[in-house]
Amino acid sequence: MVFIGVRAAPMVALTAFSIGVTLAMQAAHSLQQLGAEIYVPDLVMLSILREMGPVLIAVIVIGRSGSAVAAELGTMKVSEEIEALEVMAINPVQYLVVPRFIAMLIMLPALTIFGNYIGVLGGWAVCRFALNFNTAGFIIRALQSADTWDLYSGMIKSAVFAWIIITIACNAGLHVEGGAEGVGQSTTSSVVQALLAMLVTNAILTGIFFFAA
Amino acid sequence: MNGEPVIEVVDLVRKFGDRAVIDNISLKIHRGETLVIMGGSGCGKSTLLRHIIGSMRPTSGSVKIFGEEITAMNEREIGNVRKRFGMLFQSGALLASLTVGENVALPLLQHTRKTPEEIDEIVEQKLKMVGLSGFENLKPSEISGGMKKRVGLARALALDPELLFSDEPTSGLDPIMTAVVDQLTLKLTHGAHMTAVVVTHDMTSAFRIATRMIMLGHGSIVAQGTPDEIRTSPNPEVQQFINGEADGPIPLNLSQDEHVDLQHVKPRPCVAARNRFHHKHG
Repeated sequence: MVFIGVRAAPMVALTAFSIGVTLAMQAAHSLQQLGAEIYVPDLVMLSILREMGPVLIAVIVIGRSGSAVAAELGTMKVSEEIEALEVMAINPVQYLVVPRFIAMLIMLPALTIFGNYIGVLGGWAVCRFALNFNTAGFIIRALQSADTWDLYSGMIKSAVFAWIIITIACNAGLHVEGGAEGVGQSTTSSVVQALLAMLVTNAILTGIFFFAA
Repeated sequence: MNGEPVIEVVDLVRKFGDRAVIDNISLKIHRGETLVIMGGSGCGKSTLLRHIIGSMRPTSGSVKIFGEEITAMNEREIGNVRKRFGMLFQSGALLASLTVGENVALPLLQHTRKTPEEIDEIVEQKLKMVGLSGFENLKPSEISGGMKKRVGLARALALDPELLFSDEPTSGLDPIMTAVVDQLTLKLTHGAHMTAVVVTHDMTSAFRIATRMIMLGHGSIVAQGTPDEIRTSPNPEVQQFINGEADGPIPLNLSQDEHVDLQHVKPRPCVAARNRFHHKHG
């Protein structure tokens, strides 16, 4: 089940890199007009650590692993496997849900750290090769702008997202009814619900972390 | 028969909406007996079985297994009762993510403290019993439906249960395998004093293994007795069923307002379904 994480890594890397590059280019374009390109690393670093990293990686994991978990448990439900476990006196929640829950709770934050790193690398690539920053200058600016709270807030977010994603996926899977069609419907609705819940929670958490204080 | 009944069902009623799917059923099963439950599709056989294993709760009435009332138990208490019985599902219900061997080993790993070597030995022995030695490392998707069912039987027997429930154990098996499974059931009930409850349509197999038979119809017991009593029953419904005749007192179709599953389904012409299908696929 740790494959939730490891096999998602290449996809996360590509997404995070693209986002880092895009952010840096957009930032450079706007900041250039103010003559403030020097702030590009700050912007990339903060937006990735606080928002882009946790949210985008959660989106990938919802599409990849959340849907897979919902479909897998749903298929088990329609083929009587869940009932068979119950009749063997094996609690399906303990046997099926708990390991997936733990895997998700570990892997989503881990993927987010990995994605953050790659995203910032993307930002660096633009600064280094298009804006003629030197590497040391980029690192210094980036580290000056962000403090550890920026990283931690993103991590807290991703842990909360992990909890939301896996709860919705498992719940959808275990409540499937009506054969293959039911599995499809539950999987789709789990993805939609998880996305909405994740985005709304993100807005609330950002409000708590950076506005209320 | 001797002693306390292993299963005792008293005045069991289960209603879905207004319709009683199980209408006041009482029965007793003693140690070493093989009870065959038969009846047409939709007569409440599977529902009755699900109440006896505690996966459905009755509207009223009581179900006792090994003298313990299970209708009032919580999940943990039912779990302790379930460790003492095995259940073979109609489809086998193997876990698709585990191999055949792992499926049979699962109850042993979860409920006993045996070493891996002991478990391997038991798994090998149980698979041999159902004629599937050497299939340990295949996945359920790689074997046929009949084989899955036999693996399901091996898994149900893994903990050497005192009580075995089988939901159509022989449907989908060839005649030879049917005989093998029947012989196995007989051996276990005679030799090991296991009690068996078998739901089946297969009359040959039913008469071969049963010590007592119950025929259900419309949620209640139409007839019960020893295989000989059933065979010579004057009840025309029983005769129609055991001889498999199309004409007789059992109606071909349940009318729509009688059948609970159809009650909530709006009638829709088949053409509408086809249009929807075409629409979906452009």
